[in-house]
Amino acid sequence: MLNRKYVPILVTFGLLAVMFAAGSFRYTGFFSAQVLYNLLIDNSFLIITAVGMTFVIISGGIDLSVGSVIALTTMICATLVERHGWSPVVVIPMVLIFGALFGTLLGAIIHYFKIQPFIVTLAGMFLARGICYIISIDTITVTNGFFTKAAQTKVPLPGGNISINVIIALVIVLAAIYLAHYTRFGRNVYAIGGSEQSALLMGLPVARTKILVYTFSGFCSALAGVVFTFYMLSGYGLHAMGLELDTIAAVVIGGTLLTGGVGYVAGTLIGVLIQGVIQTIISFEGTLSSWWTKIVIGLLLFVFILFQRLLSDRRVTLKT
Amino acid sequence: MGGKMHRHHLFWPLVVLGALLLFNLIYSPDFFSLAVRGGNLYGSLIDILNFGAPLILVSIGMTIVIATGGIDLSVGSIVAISGAMACLTISKGTDPSSVLLVIGAVLASIALSIVLGMWNGALVTVTRIQPIIATLILMVAGRGIAQLITSGQIITVSNSNYEYIGAGSLASLPFSIFIVAAVLLIASLLTRRTAIGLFIESVGSNPEASRLAGLRSRTVILTVYVFCGLCAGIAGLILSSNVSSADGNNAGLWYELDAILAVVIGGTSLNGGRFYLMGTVIGALIIQTLTTTIYMIGVPPEITLVVKAFVVLAVCLIQSEAFRKTLITRWKKRNYPAEQEVTRHA
Repeated sequence: MLNRKYVPILVTFGLLAVMFAAGSFRYTGFFSAQVLYNLLIDNSFLIITAVGMTFVIISGGIDLSVGSVIALTTMICATLVERHGWSPVVVIPMVLIFGALFGTLLGAIIHYFKIQPFIVTLAGMFLARGICYIISIDTITVTNGFFTKAAQTKVPLPGGNISINVIIALVIVLAAIYLAHYTRFGRNVYAIGGSEQSALLMGLPVARTKILVYTFSGFCSALAGVVFTFYMLSGYGLHAMGLELDTIAAVVIGGTLLTGGVGYVAGTLIGVLIQGVIQTIISFEGTLSSWWTKIVIGLLLFVFILFQRLLSDRRVTLKT
Repeated sequence: MGGKMHRHHLFWPLVVLGALLLFNLIYSPDFFSLAVRGGNLYGSLIDILNFGAPLILVSIGMTIVIATGGIDLSVGSIVAISGAMACLTISKGTDPSSVLLVIGAVLASIALSIVLGMWNGALVTVTRIQPIIATLILMVAGRGIAQLITSGQIITVSNSNYEYIGAGSLASLPFSIFIVAAVLLIASLLTRRTAIGLFIESVGSNPEASRLAGLRSRTVILTVYVFCGLCAGIAGLILSSNVSSADGNNAGLWYELDAILAVVIGGTSLNGGRFYLMGTVIGALIIQTLTTTIYMIGVPPEITLVVKAFVVLAVCLIQSEAFRKTLITRWKKRNYPAEQEVTRHA
């Protein structure tokens, strides 16, 4: 029997396959392993961020600070390594811890003061973006050997090659799948998203789980920031502008319900890839302008959310 | 009781605004001075009102939407689309100085904004999508639509009649202030002198109970999104007319966030229910004054974001602290298991 909770994710996967097939028939050179690898290479930071966001959304919250945490991470990496000559071996663990702490702080405020996640992470977004500009308003180019080596290393695979970033992203996806489905923490996140009150009455550690969810998202954003630094080889306050929306869109297209309680990390990966395929098709088409990406993603969001509404039995009240 | 609560809600926003203005006065004693040049009033206070006009408009619409327990993330995109539509219409016209052309452009923009508001409202009411998601669709796609209208370029127009909307002056005050005052007056009259305000607060507190009490919840919700779209559309006209150009990419960027911030500062809860239009206006003025202050004292404008972050947090915490008791009781009430059981089977 096909469990109906898997339907959204299957539809999402079907859509990815259909879009890729359509692209392959229409454009010569589209159907190749390298195009597929490029999807991963160009979106590795988005995959990592979206994984963290998936947990937040499953828990019933939202994290708007991800884009600016990425920008801040690139900025801190670039400044410390380039201007102060710190070793990347010290800097990278430091920014990862910083990102996690930033998330913890937001999560603690959300939980203990009962303020909407939307507004708290909005403040976090302003704060992180603002700190970037305080550090510097210019682009800082990264020329450090470790970073350039990480950026240029290619891992050969049949039919092409991938970058280190892709490996990091895929490892995070696998770790997150394990975390979501095979650990107590994962079960707690789903339980809280389903009904926080029930989770509390069942004696689940609501406070710890909720804060940890934001910690994880902060960590993912910081890791995405490091990956972004590998990808762009620069630190800049305007990096990853509006990425929080792309991330939320990817998570939703991947079949996660924004009401919380339902969602899959694997679906999120497919959601990111669908966005990537749209961009690839638009660049292959050549005559279409870049803004069509936004319109198509908006339309896809619409279709998917409508589809989810039809599938879900839950009566969702009009409250946010 | 109601009056006392109301005073309480306006108290903190006013204190913050007062403190900001006081700081400005101490920092630069001629902050409050107004000069008359060429029959027009000039001064920092007038600037704050003039540049704050679009934000106040968007925030008024946002307040009403938030009062119904919703949220509208698409206002920034509607601002961009409205400006783009008006500038496109004017640039396509044969006689660039014609008044009729400007009226046509304004009507086209406003009609389009209403349609977009209706789209949001329909998504929320008919398909019952959560407001934050329903409006996210237009927020993402709207930027694309705005760029589609402007073909990815910045459309520049030179039409003195159009410029009047955002840069003209009436009775020695900027014209935009009068637009804001008119919208605010209409909104306050409709919500405070008729039953509409009560309907909105009732739907915001409990849509299901309101429906059972005989209220057309859907109509109310649809209307507030249309009103919010309309406000954003007018704000887009002011903004694009002020600079005589339309930029699909950057016009109204982050307006949704600033507007939500203004509403929250003004004391309206994001959970819906009670709303305070005057509080929102003060909230928007606080944001604009903050920006002006930061420019004036010569700190790099980029720091505005950090200050804003702390203002958001401070305001939220103050509100959470002062209303902790009410919040806790409301929280418990909302999550009372039996009530959830009832809604589940309703």
